[in-house]
Amino acid sequence: MILLRLTARSLWHRRTTALLTLITIGFSVMLFLGVEKVRTETRNSFANTLSGTDLIVGARSGQIQLLLYSIFRIGDATSNVSWQSYELVKNHKQVAWTVPISLGDSHRGYRVLGTTEHYFDHYRYGNRHLLRFEEGRRFEDLYDVVLGAEVADKLGYKIGSEIVVAHGIGNASFSKHEDKPFRVVGILERTGTPVDRTLHLSLEALEAIHIDWKAGVRIPGTNVSAEEAARVELQPKQITAFLVGMKSKVATFHLQRSINNYRKEPMLAILPGVALQQLWDMVGIAEKALMLVSAIVVVAGLVGMLTVILTSLNERRREMAILRSVGARAWQILLLLTLESALLTLMGVGFGISLLYGGIVLAQPILESHIGVFIPLTPPSIYQWKLLGLVVVCGTLVGLIPGYRAYRYSVADGMTIRI
Amino acid sequence: MQAAIELEHLKFGWKPGKTLLDIDKLRVDRGERVFLQGASGSGKSTLLNLIGGVLEPDAGGVHLLDITLRALSKTQRDAFRANHIGFVFQMFNLLPYLSVLENVTLPCRFSHGRKDKAILRDGTVDESACRLLDHLELGHDELLRRPVTDLSMGQQQRVAVARALIGSPEIVIADEPTSALDVNNRDRFIELLLHECELQESTLMFVSHDPGLHDHFDRVIDLHHLNQNGSKQ
Ligand SMILES: Nc1ncnc2c1ncn2[C@@H]1O[C@H](COP(=O)(O)OP(=O)(O)OP(=O)(O)O)[C@@H](O)[C@H]1O
Ligand SMILES: [Mg+2]
Repeated sequence: MILLRLTARSLWHRRTTALLTLITIGFSVMLFLGVEKVRTETRNSFANTLSGTDLIVGARSGQIQLLLYSIFRIGDATSNVSWQSYELVKNHKQVAWTVPISLGDSHRGYRVLGTTEHYFDHYRYGNRHLLRFEEGRRFEDLYDVVLGAEVADKLGYKIGSEIVVAHGIGNASFSKHEDKPFRVVGILERTGTPVDRTLHLSLEALEAIHIDWKAGVRIPGTNVSAEEAARVELQPKQITAFLVGMKSKVATFHLQRSINNYRKEPMLAILPGVALQQLWDMVGIAEKALMLVSAIVVVAGLVGMLTVILTSLNERRREMAILRSVGARAWQILLLLTLESALLTLMGVGFGISLLYGGIVLAQPILESHIGVFIPLTPPSIYQWKLLGLVVVCGTLVGLIPGYRAYRYSVADGMTIRI
Repeated sequence: MQAAIELEHLKFGWKPGKTLLDIDKLRVDRGERVFLQGASGSGKSTLLNLIGGVLEPDAGGVHLLDITLRALSKTQRDAFRANHIGFVFQMFNLLPYLSVLENVTLPCRFSHGRKDKAILRDGTVDESACRLLDHLELGHDELLRRPVTDLSMGQQQRVAVARALIGSPEIVIADEPTSALDVNNRDRFIELLLHECELQESTLMFVSHDPGLHDHFDRVIDLHHLNQNGSKQ
């Protein structure tokens, strides 16, 4: 106990350098823990993006590409799936439900997704949560639109707001479907998935706004009004992709193989879980590199502490001799310096944790809007505590180096006070 | 009378083959006040480290209070030193990050024996420290709270004496404690030191190369006469 007190008092006496050391360690720990936290949260939100769907089907392309455009709204489909093929799968005896997805238009940078109302019955995320409405209802009329939470939030839309969909993707799209405005009828609850950044409307509505368009431009001379369009038969001819739920999981692989081998149209069916894992493994390399870098920063922090303690050691030889003369054992001198770095690391870790949580509180909104990762203020996980414990253990072990030096000094010097 | 310090055929050298100290016999009785004199580099501090059990002799033995140090383990020697010997050094004896009172009570934190003796005598360790500081003319409350680095050299040396004496160790060793003091301070310091040692019945081994201090002591030992190896420094 006396050793701990001596260490604390001695550190307080050298508080300027001690504080600097503490700050160095604190920042490195903040970085380390922060990277680890972002990593876990990203992974969670990744894995939580889609659940309860057995197959995703799209035109033949890469597994990851299909996942990216159909679920993450990243990139574009190279080609579509015909309505006939969709119907074929939909009517398969083992299929419980299907949800068609049609992408391609946008609204002020947010993707527009055409689907059916089954979307709200079957799309699940996280721990098999269904989408829930913050306000309003599903789309019923042709020109109804349901907004994801972020879209409504960022663009300030309420129930009843009017929205014009732009043709194609991109914020600065010049061609807009101005003649057929939509009305917001529902706003979804926040999910932490790409659904938040999506505008949902019916497949028929997508057909309607493109009725007088061809190959991305308006057909000159034609001008079908919104009311006229509503009266036309709006049967979609193709969709981008669709989600499939099976009656029995066992049949999933069989159906997957049948779809992939379908002769009349090249299609690709993927298992969302497998594709998500594969995607994560790709992202995981960057994430591991980041972890490594931040671990190295922690090591640099500890080495900085080692330097400071070793530098102070020479001027503290007197202190050691005095302690020896009043009865301190040589191993107590070793312990004294080891305690010092243990204490510094411990406080540094504490400081790092508070820095991180302070930072999360400040950066939460920015992180969420810019990279779409919501970092909740949850306490460190067991794994993260273990990592922090490891840092403290390393700091303590580092302290053995000056500890051993001081031990050698005090054995050599005895009580002779040297300067 | 029981011997406080006894050296027998003691040999010690820092480097193998080069003997610095070669003492056939030295005996200091309990309660005796001895002045050990010798030129700089003659090995006085080395001898004190041997007596303190921090260094081990190459040959021969050190007996303190009828205990043979060689028979003790390193840790036991450390414990023995903590329990039975108080030290005062040349200067800067105090830990700068502790208050005056904490510096004085430090030995009681490393030695149960001295803690118990201090409590037996004055009720608490702090009381004991205050009594000693008071005797050494450092009893003002205001002074106790000041950082030790603010004290004058003479005051610091007296604080060191209080620390050496707390818990009444049987042996007090002072290694040139007056060399940083002026003559007035020096004489006053020695008077106080001797007086307190007498009160506590502590044996005093006082090291200095200042011959002007002989008169205060029972016996003067010249290391050059004592050391068979006197030809060399
Ligand atoms: N830790 C050490 N390692 C090696 N040699 C040492 C060590 N300490 C002292 N010596 C050597 O031992 C000799 C005696 O040193 P010591 O300190 O005992 O002298 P001293 O009589 O106390 O001198 P002073 O009056 O200056 O304090 C010196 O030659 C010194 O160089
Ligand atoms: Mg000396």
